[in-house]
Formats: sequence, structure tokens, C-alpha cells
Amino acid sequence: MSTAAERERWLARPSFIELCARERARAILDPGSFRELAGPFDRLKSPWLPLQGVVAQADDGVVIARGSIDGQPAVVGSIEGVYQGGSIGEVSGAKLAGALELALRDCERGRPVRPVLLLETGGVRLQEANLGLAAIAEVHAAIVALRRHVPVVAVVAGLVGCFGGMSLAAALCSRVIVTRQARLGMNGPEVIEQEAGLAELDASDRALIWSLMGGEQRYATGFADVIVEDDAEAIAGEVRRAFAAAATTPRSEQVEALIARLAAIDAAHPPDPGALRALWARRRGQ
Amino acid sequence: MECLSFTYPAREPVARRVHVGVVGSGDLEVLLEPSADADAHVAVTTSVDGFGTVWKHVLDRFFTRFAGAAAIEINDFGATPGVVLLRLEQAVEALRA
Repeated sequence: MSTAAERERWLARPSFIELCARERARAILDPGSFRELAGPFDRLKSPWLPLQGVVAQADDGVVIARGSIDGQPAVVGSIEGVYQGGSIGEVSGAKLAGALELALRDCERGRPVRPVLLLETGGVRLQEANLGLAAIAEVHAAIVALRRHVPVVAVVAGLVGCFGGMSLAAALCSRVIVTRQARLGMNGPEVIEQEAGLAELDASDRALIWSLMGGEQRYATGFADVIVEDDAEAIAGEVRRAFAAAATTPRSEQVEALIARLAAIDAAHPPDPGALRALWARRRGQ
Repeated sequence: MECLSFTYPAREPVARRVHVGVVGSGDLEVLLEPSADADAHVAVTTSVDGFGTVWKHVLDRFFTRFAGAAAIEINDFGATPGVVLLRLEQAVEALRA
């Protein structure tokens, strides 16, 4: 049971999940340092959505902001999950990839830039198909190139979560920060239910969904590095700690360990979420 | 999807630009900036067809209280008239902040 004081503190906290993409970017950067690039008044809209009868948002659902983190130059790419499920189209994907590629160029010239991705996305925007996928591939390549110079930090806060090709982007990041409300996975529950049937997964069973791909499970099984409360100040603090932390081998380069994990699974008798935590438990110090 | 445009007479210039809202279910975004002429212009793109008269009523009411020569772009994803008015007033509040 929580005490009255704990409840008061919880209610008084500045929620991160409730913030829109622009406010989230502002909350991560040092106070007063937020400066938006390619913002809504530049009207870099999706040219494809109106052709399909869908209203386009003026910034295509991605906020790119420069500023500082602990006084060091930083760039934040923040996805608006409320607009088209945070889906990545040609323009929004190009904004993310371009921001990371410019950060890479600065790093290569000896001017490190701290990159942060606030991922709230169902993955590729189906209406833009291959153009979105190509942009996501560019994001992947940029993360891999960039993480050799500087940690690339991802935050998955919820409530959309992070799926599809963008879940691979999260997996490529140096450090992944999640909340309990976050979900992280390749296929979203609705997609699994639609493709494999209700017997495989009931997408309306929230407890089941979060036990499989929720933030706590992803942290417990080592797919996320930090779990934090839905508190904008706490999340901004964890982002700062991620840049201060010693460099580790990126998760996606730990190939032997990942193969060993898969070998521990009997595909004929897949483990339930609890058993998976035991099989794939975080090692001490991880 | 439908595009609508409206013009209203204005009495005062608009000093800067503001952006509020999001093109999410039942919501809309408003981009408000100085108009190129002395009038106020509103360009609405809405996901719901056939509500031109309702949009005119909502904007008529808004412009009884707002006299800025603004170019306003609205990208709407099925917001109710009440939400539209709230977002417009939020934009004016941000303009004056």
C-alpha cells in the first residue's frame, strides 16, 4: 500500500506521458535551450496523406529540437504519438534521419552532439509504405554510425509504445529508457491478433499485452536499460545519467549473448512471461 | 477530407506566430501568423465532410471577439465545435502571452 505522502507526490509529479511531442523535447533539454528546427511553420507536410483523404499535420508528427543537455550541445527527435499513431512517413522519417546525420557530421568534426530519440510510434506509416521504410533504414544506419561517437539515447514512455521498424531503432540505441506504461515490440498486439488469430494473442487483454511487451518485462529481460516512473524530471535525469555513464558494448553487437538467449528457448514449448524473466534475467551490473 | 476558406475583416495587426494543438482524433492544430493583408484569413482542412455551415458559425463567433489580421491554418481531425473554439482561444492566449 502506498502512503498518503507517496500518493500526493505521485499526483504532484509532472507527467511525461501527458506531454505532446514538442513539450517532451522541451522537458528533456536544459531549461531555456529548446530551439526547434523544421517546425510547423516550415510546413514540411506529408505530400501523400492528402492524396489518400487524410489530413496532414504541419510538422508531419516529428519535432526536431536543438539545445543542450548538461550544457553540452544536444538534438532531440520527438515523435507525436497522437498524430497517425506516431507513424513514420517520408517526411517525418527524413526529419529524424537528417537530424541524426547532421549530429554525426558534427561528431566527426570533433563537435559532439548528444542525440535523444523520444519514440512513440507504431512504426512505418502504411499510407507511405516503402518511402517510410527507406527513411527508417536511414535512421537505423545513422544510429549505428552515431553511437561510435556518442551514446544514442532512446526514451519509450507510452502510451503508444514503440513498434515495427522503429522498435529496431530503439534496439540499436546505446541506452533505452522505459516507463511501466511503455510497450516495446516488433509487431503490435493488434497486428499479431489479426495475422495469427485470437488464440495466439487477445489484443484486448491489456494485462497480457503488458506482461509480454510492457516496460517492466522489457527491463526485466534486458531489452531496456532503465525503468523510470512517468515523471518528466525523472526521465530528463535518466537521459543525463545515460550520457554520463561509461560506454558499453551496444546490445545489438552482443551477438554471442543474443544467440545463447535464443538457444535457451524451446520453440515447441515457448515460456510464459514469468519463465522468460527467469531464462533471460538481467545479470548483475547490467 | 474537405478544404474550406473564410475571410474576416480585422482591426489590428498580429505581432507573431503561434502553434497549438495536434491532428489527433477529436482534436486539431492551429497555426496562426500575421496575415499578408489587412484581413483575417482562415484555411480549414477537415477530415469530416459537409460541415461548412458549422465551421462558419464557429468562426463567426470567434471573430466577434478576435480582431487580429491573422492567417490561420486549421488542420482538423474531427474536433467538435467546442474543441475548435477552445483551440482557437488557446492560440489567442499564446499570442498574447
